Amino acid sequence: MLSPRAMILRAPGTNCDHETAYAFERAGAVSRRVHLRVLVQKPKLVNDFQILCIPGGFSYGDDIASGRIFALELTSHLADVLHAFRDRGGLILGICNGFQVLLQTGLLLRDPLTGTARASLATNQSGQFIDRWVHLRSVAGRCLFLQDIDVFELPVAHGEGRFVTRSLEDLNHLDATGQLVLRYAPDSNGVSTNPNGAAGDVAGACDESGQVLGLMPHPERFIDATQHPAWNTRLDANASGAGLALFASAVKAVSS
Amino acid sequence: MLWEVDVHLRDATTDHAARALVAGAAELGVDNCAQAKTANGWLIEGDFSRNQVEHLAAVLLTDPITETFTLGEVGDQSLYASCAELPTVLHVLPRAGVTDPAAQSALEALSLLGLRPLAVRSVRKYWLPPIDPSAALRLAWKLLASEAIHDVVLGPIQLCTLSGGQPWIFVQESIPLDGLDEQSLMRLSRERCLALSAHELHAVRDHFHSLGRPPFEIELETIAQTWSEHCCHKTLGSPIDHTGPAGEAHYDNLLKETVFAATHAVRESLGANDWCVSVFRDNSGVVRFDGDHDICVKVETHNHPSALEPYGGAATGLGGVIRDVLGTGLGAKPIANLDVFCVGPPTTIAADLPPGVIHPNRLLSGVVAGVRDYGNRMGIPTIAGAVAFDPGYICNPLVFCGTVGIMPRNSAMATVLAGDLIVVAGGRTGRDGIHGATFSSVELSSGSEHQSGGSVQIGHAIHEKILTDFVLEATQQGLFHAITDCGAGGLSSAVGEMGAQLGATVDLDHVPLKYAGLSASEVWISEAQERMVLAVDPANWKKLACVAAAEGVEATVIGTFTGTGRLVLVWQGRTIGMLDCHFLHEGRPRQRLRSRHAIAAGEPSTWPQLSAPVSQADALAGCLLDLLAAPDVASKESIIRQYDHEVQGGSVVKPLLGPGTGPADGTVVRGVLGRNRGIVLGVGIRHRLGKLDPYQMAAGAIVEAIANATAAGANPARIALLDNFCWGECRSEESLGALVEACRACYDTAVAFAAPFVSGKDSLNNVFSWTDAAGLNREISIPPTLLATAMGQIEDVRRAVTSDLKQFGNRLAIVGITRDQLAGSQLQWLGRVQNGRVPTVDAIACRSVCETIARAQRTEPAGLMVACHDCSDGGLATALAEMAIGGCLGARIELAQVPIEFLEMTAADACQRDLAIAFSETPGRFICEVPAEQVAEFETLLAGLSWAWIGCVLPDKQVEIVSVDGHTTSRLSLSQLAKAWRSLASS
Repeated sequence: MLSPRAMILRAPGTNCDHETAYAFERAGAVSRRVHLRVLVQKPKLVNDFQILCIPGGFSYGDDIASGRIFALELTSHLADVLHAFRDRGGLILGICNGFQVLLQTGLLLRDPLTGTARASLATNQSGQFIDRWVHLRSVAGRCLFLQDIDVFELPVAHGEGRFVTRSLEDLNHLDATGQLVLRYAPDSNGVSTNPNGAAGDVAGACDESGQVLGLMPHPERFIDATQHPAWNTRLDANASGAGLALFASAVKAVSS
Repeated sequence: MLWEVDVHLRDATTDHAARALVAGAAELGVDNCAQAKTANGWLIEGDFSRNQVEHLAAVLLTDPITETFTLGEVGDQSLYASCAELPTVLHVLPRAGVTDPAAQSALEALSLLGLRPLAVRSVRKYWLPPIDPSAALRLAWKLLASEAIHDVVLGPIQLCTLSGGQPWIFVQESIPLDGLDEQSLMRLSRERCLALSAHELHAVRDHFHSLGRPPFEIELETIAQTWSEHCCHKTLGSPIDHTGPAGEAHYDNLLKETVFAATHAVRESLGANDWCVSVFRDNSGVVRFDGDHDICVKVETHNHPSALEPYGGAATGLGGVIRDVLGTGLGAKPIANLDVFCVGPPTTIAADLPPGVIHPNRLLSGVVAGVRDYGNRMGIPTIAGAVAFDPGYICNPLVFCGTVGIMPRNSAMATVLAGDLIVVAGGRTGRDGIHGATFSSVELSSGSEHQSGGSVQIGHAIHEKILTDFVLEATQQGLFHAITDCGAGGLSSAVGEMGAQLGATVDLDHVPLKYAGLSASEVWISEAQERMVLAVDPANWKKLACVAAAEGVEATVIGTFTGTGRLVLVWQGRTIGMLDCHFLHEGRPRQRLRSRHAIAAGEPSTWPQLSAPVSQADALAGCLLDLLAAPDVASKESIIRQYDHEVQGGSVVKPLLGPGTGPADGTVVRGVLGRNRGIVLGVGIRHRLGKLDPYQMAAGAIVEAIANATAAGANPARIALLDNFCWGECRSEESLGALVEACRACYDTAVAFAAPFVSGKDSLNNVFSWTDAAGLNREISIPPTLLATAMGQIEDVRRAVTSDLKQFGNRLAIVGITRDQLAGSQLQWLGRVQNGRVPTVDAIACRSVCETIARAQRTEPAGLMVACHDCSDGGLATALAEMAIGGCLGARIELAQVPIEFLEMTAADACQRDLAIAFSETPGRFICEVPAEQVAEFETLLAGLSWAWIGCVLPDKQVEIVSVDGHTTSRLSLSQLAKAWRSLASS
C-alpha cells in the first residue's frame, strides 16, 4: 500500500520542520513541509494527508506568548478544516511550540462549556529557557502516538512549557478521562526530571479521540542513538533513538 | 487615541522579574525594596473603542489561565494603582526608533484581527514600595534598562502619540577639504565619526581636488565606511618594519605574508588533494565536505556594541555572523553556532568600576541572553564555546560569535554580472546602527553610551529566520547571481563590495524604511539588521519576488550593477554622489608602520609560603578543588542549558555529555541528517599569556583548538582554522609588535600542522579611556587575545570519542610531554606560584601526537581508546577530574609516571614538583582511556612518542593522585570534585 503522508505545517519562525519531516520519513511516512500561508490559500491540500504535525520553533517570534499568533491564524482561517481532518481519522501532532499552538486552538483539552482550554503552558518555574534530557512515562490509553511505548528519554528545549490547569478539578478531570498521557518520570537515581514545574508532571496530553497529541519534549531529536548525550557510554551507535517509536506508532495507526 | 493594556500574572509566585528586581535591589543596597510586582504593557495607538481594545487584550495579549489584564487610555490613573504597599511605578520602554520585536509581532497580529493600529510599543512595568525617586531611577538604570536603547519613565507615562518622523527634505551638503590643515582634518574626522586618519583625509582631499569639486557628505561617508578598520584590515594589511626576537622583518602586508601565506603554503603542499574551496575572499571560508557538499565557517566579534548594550550587542553579533554564512557563495544553510566571551571576573567590585562600565556579571548574563534569544529563535544549535575571565576585560569585554554552514558543492563562487538588479531583502531600514563600522574602529570611553547610542542595534531573530528561509529557497531555485549581507557599513559596504569591479547605481529613496525622516546618507550607511543584498538577473526578478512573498519577506529593487566602474547614488531621480570604484577600493593610502617586540626573559617560578602549613597530599587536593572552581575552568552548564544545542537534530557530541554531564572537548554535529560524516568544532584561547608572550599565546591557542577537535575524533589532516585577533591600542610600536609576533605564530603553527586558515577577523583598538576620581585621564587596553577556532571533520560520527570515563579497569595514558612552565597558568591565577616561564609550543611534536591519537581512534574495528580529553586549563589533574565527573567513575594516577622535561625546577621540593606536574598547562597533551584488550596495540602505535601509562579507572567514585615521591596519595570523592566544578553556577 501507499506510504502515509505527513504534512509538516510551518509558519514564520518554525525551526524544527526539517528534522520532524526526517523523523516521519524514517518511520515510513512521506512528509512534506507546507507553509501556513499555502494551507490558508488551499485548505483542501489537507485531504492529501493522514497526519498533520505542527513542529517546534518560535512561531511569529513568540514575542507575545508562545504559539499565540499561529493559533490565532489557525482558528481564524482553518478551524473547520482541522476539525474535519480529525473527524475523518487524521492524526494531529504538536511538538513543543506545536503543543502550545494546539492548546490555544482548542483542539486539545477544551472545556466544552466555555469553549476555552482547561490548560495552558506557562513560563518555566526557573524563569528560563532550558535544554536538557528528561525521563518520560507514557500511559497511552487511546493515544495513537504512544502505543507500545512505556518509559523513554527525550530532550526538552523550551522557556514556556510548564503545564498548568485552570483548577485542580480540571487537572483531575483530564487525568480521569485519560488525556494526560505523558508524564516526566524520575531518573535512575529516583530524582524527578520535571524540567519546568509542570502540574502533575505532565509533559504531553491528548484529546479524547486519541488522535491529537501535544507534547513539550522533542521526539524528533531522538531518532538515532547518537543524539543521546551519553550514547558513547550506554548505547549502540547504530541503534535507533527512542523517539522514533512515537512516529512509528502514528504511521502504523494510519496505515491499518 | 493612545491605549495602554497591562498584562498581569495571576500567580504572583511566578513573577520572576519581580524576584530578580528584589534580589538586585538588595545587592545594590537599596533599602525598603523587599517586594515588587511587574507587568507586560502594550501601548497601542489607533482610533479604537474601549470594547475593541478589550477584545484584542483578551484574544491576543492575555492567556486566560495564567494572566489578567487592565486597560485604559495612557495616563489613566487606574493603570498605575496597584496596591497600597507598591505605590512607585516604573516604566521601561524602547526608545523611539529602536527595534521593538514584540511590538512588531503585536502589530502584525492585530491586523489579523482586522485592526490597523498606527503604532504599537511594548513596555515593561514595575511596581515598587514607596522609595526615593532617585533610588527608583538608580534601580531602573542598574537593573532594568540600558541607556543605549531604553527610556525610563517614573510615574505615569506622558505620551499622546507614538508616531514621529517627518519625511527628510533633501539637502546637498558639500564638505570643502581644500586648504584644511592636519588639525582641521582630524577635527572633521572626529566630529563626523569618520575614523579616518589625517593621512587618509589628505588622499581624499587630493582626489577631489583633482576632480575640481569638494566631496559631498554622502561620498565622504561612503569612503569612511569602506576604509574603516572594520571593513578592510587597515592595520594588519599595512607594510610594517618589525624588530623582534627573531631579528628584523619587513612586511609589505602583514596579514597576507603571515596568515594568508600559511594557507597558501599548506594548499601548495596538498597539491591535487587541496580541500580548500574559497578562502579569505567571501563572507566565510569554504572547504570540501562530502561528495556533494561544501561547508563554511566564520567567527566575528561584536565587542563595542556588547560593552554598551550586552543583550542587543551579542544578539546582533550572532545575527551578523549567521548572515555571513547565509551570504557565502550562492547561500549556505547555517547548521551550528559557537560563542566565546571574555569578561571581567565575577568577583569584580562594583564600586571600583569606571563610569559607564557594566558589571561583568550583568554583562555576561546579558550577552548569554542575547545569544540565547537569537540563536534559539533561529533554530541553529549553539554547540561550542567558552568563557574566559580576566580583569583586563572589565571595561572592554570580548564577544565572539561563529557560525558553520553547509552548501551544495560547486556553489561557493558567485559572480555579479553587469545589468543585474540590486535587490535588498529582509528587514526595513531605520536609524539603528549608524556609524557601527567606524565606531568599532575607535576606542570606547566612559561617554560612549551617550555618543554612540545610534550604533547599538537590537536584533529581530524572526525576521532573520524568514529571511534565511527565503534565501535558501531562492538558492535552491537558482534565482540570483550573488549575495552578501548588510553588516558593518550597511548598504554602502554591501553594494560597494558587490559592485567593486562593475560599479552600481542605487536609488536610495527606493529603500523601504521603518519610519520617515532618514536622510539619504542615513539610509546608505544604516546598519539596520536582518537585511541581505542580492544581485538578480532581471529575468528572474518576478520569480524571486514570488518566493519572497511566499515566505513573508519584503524584497525591493533599489538599483542596478552597471559596469561603468562608478558608484552612483540617486535620490528621487537626482544624482547626489558619484564615486570612482577604483579610488574607493584601491585608493586608500597605506602607511608604513614600525613595530618591535622583545621577549621578557622568563624568571624562575617562585612559590609563596602558605599562611598555614599543609600536608603534601592536602596541598594537591586543595589546589585541584580550587582550580575546578576557578571561573575559567568551572562548569558553564548554567549557560549551556540556556542554549538549544540539539535543534536540527544533528548534534552528536554535545557540550555536556556522559552519565555525569561532564564537559566536552570538541563538539560534533552531522553535516546532513541521515549521513554519518560530521563536523567537529574546537576553540582555543590562552588569554593569560597575551601580555607575557604574544607568540606563545597565539601558538598555544591554535594548538588548543586543534587538540580539542582531535580529542573528539577529527581527522587532523582536514582541520580548517580561523583567527580572531582582539588587540588593544595599536598606536605604539610595542603593541603593534606583539600583534606581529602573534601573526608569526599563526604562520608557523598552521604550517607545522598543515592546517590552513580559511577565514578570520580582527578587532583592534579595544581600549577604554576615562577620567578617574582624581581627575586623571586613564586608559586600559585588553590583554592581547587570539581566539583560534578549529573546524575539523570526522568520517563517521559513530566513531566520535568523548571525554567521560567509560569502564572500571581500563588503563589511562598521558600522551605528550609535560614541562614546568607555569607562567599564566590557572595555578598562578590562584596565587600558588609566581613568575615562571611561559608554556612553549613544539608544533612538530604536537602534530605527531595529534596524528597518533587520530590513528589510534581510527584503528579497526572500534578504535583503541574509549575516552580522550586534552589537557588545557588546569592541566592534567583538572582534565582527569573532568573525565571522572562526566563518567561517574573514579581513577587513580601516579604523577611519577608522567613524562616530564623539567627546565628549571630540577631541585624543587616534593610538593612543588607534584603541583607542577599535576597543573602544568603544556599544550598538546591528551589523556586516553584504553581497554585492556587494546593495550598492546596502543603501545605499539605510540612507540617513539613521549607518553606513559599513568593509572587506571576505578569503580569507586574517588579520584586518587599519588605524589611523585610515592609517599602520599591525594584522595577526592567525585561529589567533592563535582561540587567544586559546579560552584560557579550555584553562586
